[in-house]
Amino acid sequence: MTDTTVGRVVLDAGGHAPLLAEARAAFVEALDQGWADPRRLHAEGRRARMLLDGAREAIAAVVGVRTQDVDLSPSHTAALHAAVRSVARGRRRVGGDIVVGAVERAAVLNAADFAGHRVTVPVDSTGRVDALAFADVVRLPGVALAALQHANGEVGTLQPVGAVHDAARTAGVPLLVDAGASLGHVDVGDAWDLLAGDSGDWGGPGGLGVLVTRAGVRRSPDWPDDEDRWFPGGVSVPAALAAAVALQVATGAPDDVRRRELIDTVRTRVAAEVPDVDVVGDAVERLPHVLTFSCLYVEGEALLGALDARGFAVGSGSACTSSALEPSHVLAAMGALTHGNIRLALPRGARSAEVGRFLDELPGIVAAVRESWGVTAL
Amino acid sequence: MGGHSAVIVVDARGLRCPAPVIRLARAAKDAPVGSTLTVLATDPAAVHDVPAWARMRGHVMVEATQADGVHSLTVRTQA
Repeated sequence: MTDTTVGRVVLDAGGHAPLLAEARAAFVEALDQGWADPRRLHAEGRRARMLLDGAREAIAAVVGVRTQDVDLSPSHTAALHAAVRSVARGRRRVGGDIVVGAVERAAVLNAADFAGHRVTVPVDSTGRVDALAFADVVRLPGVALAALQHANGEVGTLQPVGAVHDAARTAGVPLLVDAGASLGHVDVGDAWDLLAGDSGDWGGPGGLGVLVTRAGVRRSPDWPDDEDRWFPGGVSVPAALAAAVALQVATGAPDDVRRRELIDTVRTRVAAEVPDVDVVGDAVERLPHVLTFSCLYVEGEALLGALDARGFAVGSGSACTSSALEPSHVLAAMGALTHGNIRLALPRGARSAEVGRFLDELPGIVAAVRESWGVTAL
Repeated sequence: MGGHSAVIVVDARGLRCPAPVIRLARAAKDAPVGSTLTVLATDPAAVHDVPAWARMRGHVMVEATQADGVHSLTVRTQA
Protein backbone atom coordinates (compact mmCIF):
# COMPACT_ATOMS: atom_id res chain seq x y z
CA MET A 1 0.00 0.00 0.00
CA THR A 2 1.40 3.39 -0.95
CA ASP A 3 1.18 6.57 1.12
CA THR A 4 -1.59 8.00 -1.01
CA THR A 5 -3.93 5.15 -0.14
CA VAL A 6 -3.31 5.09 3.61
CA GLY A 7 -6.59 5.76 5.36
CA ARG A 8 -8.48 5.57 2.08
CA VAL A 9 -11.27 3.05 1.67
CA VAL A 10 -11.63 2.04 -1.98
CA LEU A 11 -15.10 0.69 -2.72
CA ASP A 12 -15.03 1.45 -6.45
CA ALA A 13 -13.23 -1.50 -8.03
CA GLY A 14 -15.56 -1.95 -11.02
CA GLY A 15 -13.49 -1.92 -14.22
CA HIS A 16 -10.48 -0.52 -12.37
CA ALA A 17 -9.66 -2.63 -9.33
CA PRO A 18 -6.48 -2.00 -7.33
CA LEU A 19 -3.68 -4.00 -9.00
CA LEU A 20 -3.10 -7.35 -7.27
CA ALA A 21 0.42 -7.74 -5.79
CA GLU A 22 1.13 -10.85 -7.86
CA ALA A 23 0.11 -9.01 -11.04
CA ARG A 24 2.37 -6.11 -10.21
CA ALA A 25 5.33 -8.45 -9.71
CA ALA A 26 4.61 -10.19 -13.02
CA PHE A 27 4.31 -6.85 -14.80
CA VAL A 28 7.68 -5.61 -13.51
CA GLU A 29 9.35 -8.93 -14.35
CA ALA A 30 7.90 -8.85 -17.87
CA LEU A 31 9.18 -5.32 -18.43
CA ASP A 32 12.68 -6.83 -18.23
CA GLN A 33 11.99 -10.13 -19.96
CA GLY A 34 9.30 -9.18 -22.46
CA TRP A 35 10.09 -5.67 -23.64
CA ALA A 36 10.78 -6.69 -27.22
CA ASP A 37 8.35 -6.85 -30.15
CA PRO A 38 6.85 -10.35 -30.14
CA ARG A 39 6.62 -10.20 -33.95
CA ARG A 40 10.43 -10.12 -34.29
CA LEU A 41 12.36 -13.30 -34.92
CA HIS A 42 15.45 -12.65 -32.80
CA ALA A 43 15.97 -14.14 -29.33
CA GLU A 44 14.53 -11.10 -27.54
CA GLY A 45 11.46 -11.08 -29.77
CA ARG A 46 10.96 -14.82 -29.34
CA ARG A 47 11.16 -14.43 -25.56
CA ALA A 48 8.46 -11.75 -25.65
CA ARG A 49 6.37 -14.02 -27.91
CA MET A 50 6.79 -16.87 -25.45
CA LEU A 51 5.55 -14.71 -22.57
CA LEU A 52 2.59 -13.49 -24.65
CA ASP A 53 1.66 -17.03 -25.68
CA GLY A 54 2.01 -18.12 -22.05
CA ALA A 55 -0.42 -15.39 -21.00
CA ARG A 56 -2.98 -16.52 -23.58
CA GLU A 57 -2.51 -20.14 -22.51
CA ALA A 58 -3.03 -19.29 -18.83
CA ILE A 59 -6.16 -17.26 -19.56
CA ALA A 60 -7.48 -20.07 -21.79
CA ALA A 61 -6.93 -22.57 -18.97
CA VAL A 62 -8.91 -20.45 -16.49
CA VAL A 63 -11.78 -19.94 -18.93
CA GLY A 64 -11.64 -23.59 -20.00
CA VAL A 65 -11.01 -23.09 -23.72
CA ARG A 66 -8.32 -23.73 -26.33
CA THR A 67 -5.48 -21.22 -26.44
CA GLN A 68 -6.10 -20.42 -30.10
CA ASP A 69 -9.63 -19.25 -29.25
CA VAL A 70 -8.26 -16.49 -26.99
CA ASP A 71 -7.43 -13.08 -28.44
CA LEU A 72 -6.03 -10.26 -26.33
CA SER A 73 -7.21 -6.72 -26.95
CA PRO A 74 -5.92 -3.28 -25.97
CA SER A 75 -9.07 -2.72 -23.86
CA HIS A 76 -12.33 -4.33 -22.87
CA THR A 77 -14.14 -1.79 -25.03
CA ALA A 78 -12.02 -2.77 -28.04
CA ALA A 79 -12.87 -6.44 -27.43
CA LEU A 80 -16.60 -5.68 -27.44
CA HIS A 81 -16.39 -3.43 -30.49
CA ALA A 82 -14.38 -6.01 -32.45
CA ALA A 83 -16.74 -8.85 -31.47
CA VAL A 84 -19.86 -7.00 -32.60
CA ARG A 85 -18.34 -5.54 -35.76
CA SER A 86 -16.60 -8.70 -36.97
CA VAL A 87 -19.58 -11.00 -36.42
CA ALA A 88 -21.99 -8.48 -37.97
CA ARG A 89 -19.78 -8.39 -41.04
CA GLY A 90 -19.12 -12.14 -41.09
CA ARG A 91 -22.85 -12.89 -40.98
CA ARG A 92 -24.09 -9.96 -43.09
CA ARG A 93 -25.76 -12.33 -45.57
CA VAL A 94 -28.02 -13.58 -42.75
CA GLY A 95 -29.16 -10.05 -41.90
CA GLY A 96 -28.27 -6.90 -40.05
CA ASP A 97 -30.20 -7.19 -36.78
CA ILE A 98 -28.23 -7.28 -33.52
CA VAL A 99 -30.31 -8.27 -30.48
CA VAL A 100 -29.10 -6.83 -27.17
CA GLY A 101 -30.27 -6.48 -23.59
CA ALA A 102 -31.28 -2.96 -22.55
CA VAL A 103 -28.61 -2.74 -19.84
CA GLU A 104 -25.60 -3.86 -21.88
CA ARG A 105 -22.49 -1.74 -21.61
CA ALA A 106 -22.44 1.37 -23.81
CA ALA A 107 -19.66 -0.23 -25.89
CA VAL A 108 -22.04 -3.02 -26.95
CA LEU A 109 -25.01 -0.71 -27.60
CA ASN A 110 -22.90 1.74 -29.59
CA ALA A 111 -21.20 -1.03 -31.58
CA ALA A 112 -24.60 -2.54 -32.41
CA ASP A 113 -25.83 0.83 -33.68
CA PHE A 114 -22.64 1.23 -35.67
CA ALA A 115 -22.50 -2.23 -37.23
CA GLY A 116 -26.16 -3.05 -37.79
CA HIS A 117 -29.69 -2.47 -36.62
CA ARG A 118 -30.06 -2.69 -32.85
CA VAL A 119 -33.02 -4.58 -31.41
CA THR A 120 -33.25 -3.97 -27.65
CA VAL A 121 -34.86 -6.38 -25.17
CA PRO A 122 -36.15 -4.58 -22.04
CA VAL A 123 -35.34 -5.50 -18.42
CA ASP A 124 -37.44 -5.80 -15.27
CA SER A 125 -37.01 -3.72 -12.12
CA THR A 126 -34.02 -5.84 -11.01
CA GLY A 127 -32.24 -5.19 -14.32
CA ARG A 128 -32.74 -8.71 -15.70
CA VAL A 129 -33.87 -9.40 -19.26
CA ASP A 130 -36.75 -11.79 -19.75
CA ALA A 131 -35.27 -14.93 -21.33
CA LEU A 132 -38.49 -15.77 -23.18
CA ALA A 133 -38.79 -12.26 -24.61
CA PHE A 134 -35.15 -12.43 -25.71
CA ALA A 135 -35.78 -15.85 -27.28
CA ASP A 136 -38.80 -14.54 -29.18
CA VAL A 137 -36.70 -11.84 -30.82
CA VAL A 138 -33.55 -13.87 -31.46
CA ARG A 139 -35.44 -16.48 -33.51
CA LEU A 140 -36.81 -13.90 -35.95
CA PRO A 141 -35.20 -13.90 -39.40
CA GLY A 142 -32.30 -11.53 -40.09
CA VAL A 143 -30.43 -11.68 -36.78
CA ALA A 144 -26.65 -11.55 -37.19
CA LEU A 145 -25.70 -11.54 -33.51
CA ALA A 146 -27.16 -11.56 -30.02
CA ALA A 147 -25.42 -9.96 -27.03
CA LEU A 148 -26.23 -10.45 -23.36
CA GLN A 149 -23.93 -9.61 -20.47
CA HIS A 150 -23.17 -12.30 -17.89
CA ALA A 151 -23.99 -9.84 -15.13
CA ASN A 152 -24.60 -6.13 -14.97
CA GLY A 153 -21.56 -4.31 -13.62
CA GLU A 154 -23.57 -1.35 -12.40
CA VAL A 155 -26.22 -3.16 -10.33
CA GLY A 156 -24.80 -6.71 -10.06
CA THR A 157 -27.79 -8.62 -11.40
CA LEU A 158 -26.98 -11.91 -13.17
CA GLN A 159 -28.56 -12.44 -16.58
CA PRO A 160 -30.21 -15.65 -17.83
CA VAL A 161 -27.36 -16.45 -20.24
CA GLY A 162 -28.03 -20.22 -20.16
CA ALA A 163 -31.61 -19.97 -21.41
CA VAL A 164 -30.75 -17.22 -23.89
CA HIS A 165 -27.81 -19.22 -25.25
CA ASP A 166 -30.08 -22.23 -25.76
CA ALA A 167 -32.52 -20.08 -27.72
CA ALA A 168 -29.76 -18.44 -29.75
CA ARG A 169 -28.15 -21.78 -30.55
CA THR A 170 -31.49 -23.21 -31.69
CA ALA A 171 -31.87 -20.18 -33.96
CA GLY A 172 -28.30 -20.53 -35.23
CA VAL A 173 -27.36 -17.08 -33.91
CA PRO A 174 -24.03 -16.62 -32.09
CA LEU A 175 -24.26 -15.14 -28.57
CA LEU A 176 -21.73 -12.61 -27.32
CA VAL A 177 -21.53 -12.64 -23.54
CA ASP A 178 -19.91 -9.60 -21.95
CA ALA A 179 -18.30 -11.01 -18.81
CA GLY A 180 -16.43 -7.78 -18.11
CA ALA A 181 -17.89 -7.51 -14.60
CA SER A 182 -17.95 -11.27 -13.91
CA LEU A 183 -14.71 -12.89 -15.03
CA GLY A 184 -12.45 -13.39 -12.00
CA HIS A 185 -15.40 -12.96 -9.62
CA VAL A 186 -17.85 -15.74 -10.51
CA ASP A 187 -17.87 -18.81 -12.74
CA VAL A 188 -18.93 -17.52 -16.15
CA GLY A 189 -19.93 -20.98 -17.38
CA ASP A 190 -19.92 -22.05 -21.02
CA ALA A 191 -23.22 -20.62 -22.31
CA TRP A 192 -21.67 -18.32 -24.91
CA ASP A 193 -20.12 -18.28 -28.37
CA LEU A 194 -18.02 -15.18 -27.82
CA LEU A 195 -16.90 -14.06 -24.36
CA ALA A 196 -15.36 -10.71 -23.44
CA GLY A 197 -13.44 -9.92 -20.26
CA ASP A 198 -11.67 -7.00 -18.61
CA SER A 199 -8.28 -7.33 -16.92
CA GLY A 200 -8.69 -4.08 -14.97
CA ASP A 201 -11.87 -5.41 -13.40
CA TRP A 202 -10.35 -8.64 -12.04
CA GLY A 203 -7.28 -6.98 -10.51
CA GLY A 204 -4.90 -7.00 -13.47
CA PRO A 205 -3.60 -3.89 -15.22
CA GLY A 206 -5.92 -1.66 -17.23
CA GLY A 207 -5.47 -1.45 -20.98
CA LEU A 208 -5.96 -5.16 -21.56
CA GLY A 209 -9.08 -7.00 -22.60
CA VAL A 210 -9.90 -10.55 -23.65
CA LEU A 211 -12.11 -11.89 -26.41
CA VAL A 212 -12.71 -15.64 -26.60
CA THR A 213 -14.34 -16.92 -29.78
CA ARG A 214 -15.50 -20.49 -30.22
CA ALA A 215 -14.50 -22.32 -33.37
CA GLY A 216 -17.23 -22.08 -35.98
CA VAL A 217 -18.35 -18.52 -35.25
CA ARG A 218 -18.31 -16.77 -38.61
CA ARG A 219 -16.54 -13.41 -38.34
CA SER A 220 -14.68 -11.09 -40.61
CA PRO A 221 -12.79 -7.87 -39.81
CA ASP A 222 -14.30 -4.64 -41.12
CA TRP A 223 -10.99 -2.87 -40.53
CA PRO A 224 -7.57 -2.93 -42.29
CA ASP A 225 -5.52 -6.12 -42.44
CA ASP A 226 -2.80 -6.61 -39.84
CA GLU A 227 -0.55 -9.38 -38.59
CA ASP A 228 -2.65 -9.28 -35.41
CA ARG A 229 -5.87 -9.77 -37.30
CA TRP A 230 -8.48 -9.21 -34.62
CA PHE A 231 -6.68 -6.50 -32.67
CA PRO A 232 -4.34 -4.66 -35.03
CA GLY A 233 -1.04 -3.70 -33.44
CA GLY A 234 -1.27 -6.31 -30.73
CA VAL A 235 -1.09 -5.70 -26.99
CA SER A 236 1.48 -4.87 -24.32
CA VAL A 237 3.31 -8.07 -23.33
CA PRO A 238 3.81 -7.05 -19.65
CA ALA A 239 0.12 -6.14 -19.39
CA ALA A 240 -0.89 -9.48 -20.91
CA LEU A 241 1.29 -11.46 -18.52
CA ALA A 242 0.15 -9.49 -15.48
CA ALA A 243 -3.49 -9.89 -16.55
CA ALA A 244 -3.07 -13.66 -16.82
CA VAL A 245 -1.42 -13.90 -13.41
CA ALA A 246 -4.13 -11.72 -11.86
CA LEU A 247 -6.88 -13.89 -13.36
CA GLN A 248 -5.27 -17.03 -11.94
CA VAL A 249 -5.00 -15.42 -8.50
CA ALA A 250 -8.51 -13.93 -8.60
CA THR A 251 -10.13 -17.15 -9.74
CA GLY A 252 -8.48 -19.15 -6.99
CA ALA A 253 -9.01 -16.56 -4.24
CA PRO A 254 -11.40 -17.69 -1.54
CA ASP A 255 -12.79 -14.32 -0.43
CA ASP A 256 -15.95 -14.20 -2.57
CA VAL A 257 -18.13 -15.69 0.16
CA ARG A 258 -16.93 -12.90 2.43
CA ARG A 259 -17.53 -10.20 -0.18
CA ARG A 260 -21.00 -11.63 -0.78
CA GLU A 261 -21.76 -11.42 2.94
CA LEU A 262 -20.41 -7.88 3.12
CA ILE A 263 -22.71 -6.79 0.28
CA ASP A 264 -25.65 -8.43 2.07
CA THR A 265 -24.79 -6.36 5.14
CA VAL A 266 -24.50 -3.18 3.06
CA ARG A 267 -27.87 -3.84 1.40
CA THR A 268 -29.61 -4.42 4.73
CA ARG A 269 -28.05 -1.52 6.60
CA VAL A 270 -28.37 1.07 3.79
CA ALA A 271 -32.07 0.23 3.35
CA ALA A 272 -32.65 0.40 7.11
CA GLU A 273 -30.48 3.35 8.10
CA VAL A 274 -30.64 5.81 5.18
CA PRO A 275 -34.09 7.40 4.71
CA ASP A 276 -35.57 7.66 1.21
CA VAL A 277 -33.13 5.32 -0.49
CA ASP A 278 -33.75 3.09 -3.50
CA VAL A 279 -31.54 -0.01 -3.24
CA VAL A 280 -31.55 -1.66 -6.66
CA GLY A 281 -30.52 -4.92 -8.34
CA ASP A 282 -31.30 -8.55 -7.49
CA ALA A 283 -30.53 -9.30 -3.83
CA VAL A 284 -29.61 -12.95 -4.43
CA GLU A 285 -28.87 -13.73 -8.09
CA ARG A 286 -26.04 -11.23 -8.35
CA LEU A 287 -22.31 -10.62 -8.47
CA PRO A 288 -20.65 -11.12 -5.08
CA HIS A 289 -19.14 -7.66 -4.85
CA VAL A 290 -21.45 -5.07 -6.46
CA LEU A 291 -24.27 -2.98 -5.00
CA THR A 292 -25.99 0.21 -6.15
CA PHE A 293 -28.41 2.51 -4.36
CA SER A 294 -29.87 5.95 -5.02
CA CYS A 295 -30.71 8.66 -2.47
CA LEU A 296 -33.68 10.95 -3.12
CA TYR A 297 -33.16 14.69 -3.58
CA VAL A 298 -29.35 14.79 -3.79
CA GLU A 299 -26.89 14.94 -6.64
CA GLY A 300 -24.68 11.90 -7.06
CA GLU A 301 -21.76 14.28 -7.48
CA ALA A 302 -22.40 15.99 -4.13
CA LEU A 303 -22.64 12.64 -2.34
CA LEU A 304 -19.54 11.32 -4.07
CA GLY A 305 -17.59 14.44 -3.09
CA ALA A 306 -18.73 14.30 0.53
CA LEU A 307 -17.79 10.61 0.76
CA ASP A 308 -14.43 11.27 -0.93
CA ALA A 309 -13.67 13.99 1.62
CA ARG A 310 -14.28 11.42 4.37
CA GLY A 311 -11.87 8.94 2.74
CA PHE A 312 -14.26 6.78 0.74
CA ALA A 313 -13.87 6.19 -3.00
CA VAL A 314 -17.20 5.13 -4.50
CA GLY A 315 -18.69 5.11 -8.00
CA SER A 316 -21.86 6.64 -9.36
CA GLY A 317 -24.15 6.13 -12.33
CA SER A 318 -25.84 9.52 -11.96
CA ALA A 319 -25.85 11.84 -14.96
CA CYS A 320 -24.59 14.65 -12.76
CA THR A 321 -21.33 12.79 -12.09
CA SER A 322 -20.36 12.17 -15.69
CA SER A 323 -19.97 14.49 -18.63
CA ALA A 324 -23.04 12.86 -20.18
CA LEU A 325 -26.30 14.74 -19.84
CA GLU A 326 -28.29 11.53 -20.13
CA PRO A 327 -28.81 9.56 -16.91
CA SER A 328 -27.48 6.01 -16.55
CA HIS A 329 -29.27 3.92 -19.18
CA VAL A 330 -29.11 0.98 -16.76
CA LEU A 331 -30.96 2.71 -13.91
CA ALA A 332 -33.39 4.29 -16.40
CA ALA A 333 -34.22 0.93 -18.00
CA MET A 334 -34.91 -0.52 -14.54
CA GLY A 335 -37.19 2.33 -13.51
CA ALA A 336 -34.80 3.13 -10.65
CA LEU A 337 -34.02 6.58 -9.32
CA THR A 338 -31.20 7.93 -11.48
CA HIS A 339 -30.01 10.81 -9.28
CA GLY A 340 -28.15 10.51 -5.97
CA ASN A 341 -26.67 7.24 -7.16
CA ILE A 342 -23.81 5.48 -5.37
CA ARG A 343 -22.25 2.31 -6.77
CA LEU A 344 -20.04 0.05 -4.70
CA ALA A 345 -17.76 -2.61 -6.19
CA LEU A 346 -15.72 -4.18 -3.40
CA PRO A 347 -12.13 -4.99 -4.33
CA ARG A 348 -10.76 -8.39 -3.47
CA GLY A 349 -9.72 -8.45 0.17
CA ALA A 350 -12.07 -5.62 1.16
CA ARG A 351 -12.09 -5.49 4.95
CA SER A 352 -15.31 -5.68 6.91
CA ALA A 353 -14.02 -3.00 9.30
CA GLU A 354 -13.67 -0.57 6.38
CA VAL A 355 -17.08 -1.41 4.98
CA GLY A 356 -18.45 -1.06 8.50
CA ARG A 357 -16.93 2.41 8.83
CA PHE A 358 -18.53 3.38 5.52
CA LEU A 359 -21.91 2.15 6.77
CA ASP A 360 -21.48 3.95 10.09
CA GLU A 361 -20.74 7.27 8.39
CA LEU A 362 -23.08 7.08 5.36
CA PRO A 363 -26.38 8.08 7.04
CA GLY A 364 -24.78 11.20 8.54
CA ILE A 365 -23.12 12.15 5.25
CA VAL A 366 -26.38 11.78 3.30
CA ALA A 367 -28.23 13.75 5.99
CA ALA A 368 -25.63 16.54 5.88
CA VAL A 369 -25.87 16.85 2.09
CA ARG A 370 -29.67 16.94 2.29
CA GLU A 371 -29.49 19.51 5.08
CA SER A 372 -27.26 21.78 3.00
CA TRP A 373 -29.74 21.53 0.14
CA GLY A 374 -32.74 22.19 2.38
CA VAL A 375 -34.47 18.98 1.30
CA THR A 376 -34.56 17.18 4.65
CA ALA A 377 -38.29 16.98 5.38
CA LEU A 378 -39.68 16.45 1.87
CA MET B 1 -65.42 11.76 -5.12
CA GLY B 2 -66.20 15.29 -6.32
CA GLY B 3 -64.36 18.45 -5.43
CA HIS B 4 -61.67 18.06 -8.09
CA SER B 5 -59.25 20.90 -7.60
CA ALA B 6 -57.20 22.37 -10.38
CA VAL B 7 -53.96 20.73 -11.45
CA ILE B 8 -50.93 22.24 -9.71
CA VAL B 9 -48.24 23.02 -12.27
CA VAL B 10 -44.60 22.99 -11.18
CA ASP B 11 -42.29 24.68 -13.66
CA ALA B 12 -38.83 23.06 -13.49
CA ARG B 13 -37.80 23.83 -17.05
CA GLY B 14 -34.08 24.49 -17.40
CA LEU B 15 -33.22 22.88 -14.05
CA ARG B 16 -30.86 19.92 -13.75
CA CYS B 17 -31.58 16.72 -11.84
CA PRO B 18 -32.58 16.35 -9.04
CA ALA B 19 -34.09 19.87 -8.88
CA PRO B 20 -37.32 18.97 -10.80
CA VAL B 21 -38.08 16.17 -8.32
CA ILE B 22 -37.29 18.46 -5.35
CA ARG B 23 -39.66 21.16 -6.65
CA LEU B 24 -42.35 18.57 -7.25
CA ALA B 25 -41.88 17.10 -3.76
CA ARG B 26 -42.15 20.58 -2.17
CA ALA B 27 -45.36 21.31 -4.05
CA ALA B 28 -46.77 17.88 -3.17
CA LYS B 29 -45.98 18.40 0.50
CA ASP B 30 -47.96 21.67 0.60
CA ALA B 31 -50.91 20.26 -1.35
CA PRO B 32 -53.78 18.22 0.13
CA VAL B 33 -53.76 14.44 -0.31
CA GLY B 34 -55.32 13.47 -3.63
CA SER B 35 -53.93 16.51 -5.46
CA THR B 36 -52.88 16.27 -9.07
CA LEU B 37 -49.53 17.84 -9.89
CA THR B 38 -47.80 18.30 -13.23
CA VAL B 39 -44.09 19.04 -13.37
CA LEU B 40 -42.59 20.55 -16.53
CA ALA B 41 -38.95 19.62 -17.04
CA THR B 42 -36.29 19.75 -19.74
CA ASP B 43 -33.76 17.48 -17.99
CA PRO B 44 -34.28 13.97 -19.47
CA ALA B 45 -33.52 12.40 -16.06
CA ALA B 46 -36.89 13.70 -14.81
CA VAL B 47 -38.65 11.24 -17.11
CA HIS B 48 -37.20 8.41 -15.01
CA ASP B 49 -36.91 10.12 -11.65
CA VAL B 50 -40.48 11.40 -11.30
CA PRO B 51 -42.03 7.90 -11.69
CA ALA B 52 -39.34 6.49 -9.34
CA TRP B 53 -40.13 9.19 -6.76
CA ALA B 54 -43.86 8.47 -7.09
CA ARG B 55 -43.22 4.75 -6.54
CA MET B 56 -41.08 5.43 -3.44
CA ARG B 57 -43.71 7.83 -2.04
CA GLY B 58 -46.71 5.65 -2.90
CA HIS B 59 -48.14 8.25 -5.28
CA VAL B 60 -49.77 7.41 -8.62
CA MET B 61 -48.19 8.27 -11.94
CA VAL B 62 -50.97 9.61 -14.14
CA GLU B 63 -49.38 10.70 -17.39
CA ALA B 64 -46.08 11.43 -19.10
CA THR B 65 -45.91 13.39 -22.34
CA GLN B 66 -43.35 15.39 -24.25
CA ALA B 67 -43.60 18.34 -26.61
CA ASP B 68 -40.86 20.57 -27.99
CA GLY B 69 -38.24 19.17 -25.60
CA VAL B 70 -40.39 19.78 -22.53
CA HIS B 71 -41.45 16.77 -20.51
CA SER B 72 -44.79 16.99 -18.76
CA LEU B 73 -45.14 14.49 -15.92
CA THR B 74 -48.34 14.23 -13.88
CA VAL B 75 -48.81 12.50 -10.53
CA ARG B 76 -51.69 12.18 -8.06
CA THR B 77 -50.70 12.14 -4.41
CA GLN B 78 -51.87 9.42 -2.03
CA ALA B 79 -51.98 9.37 1.73
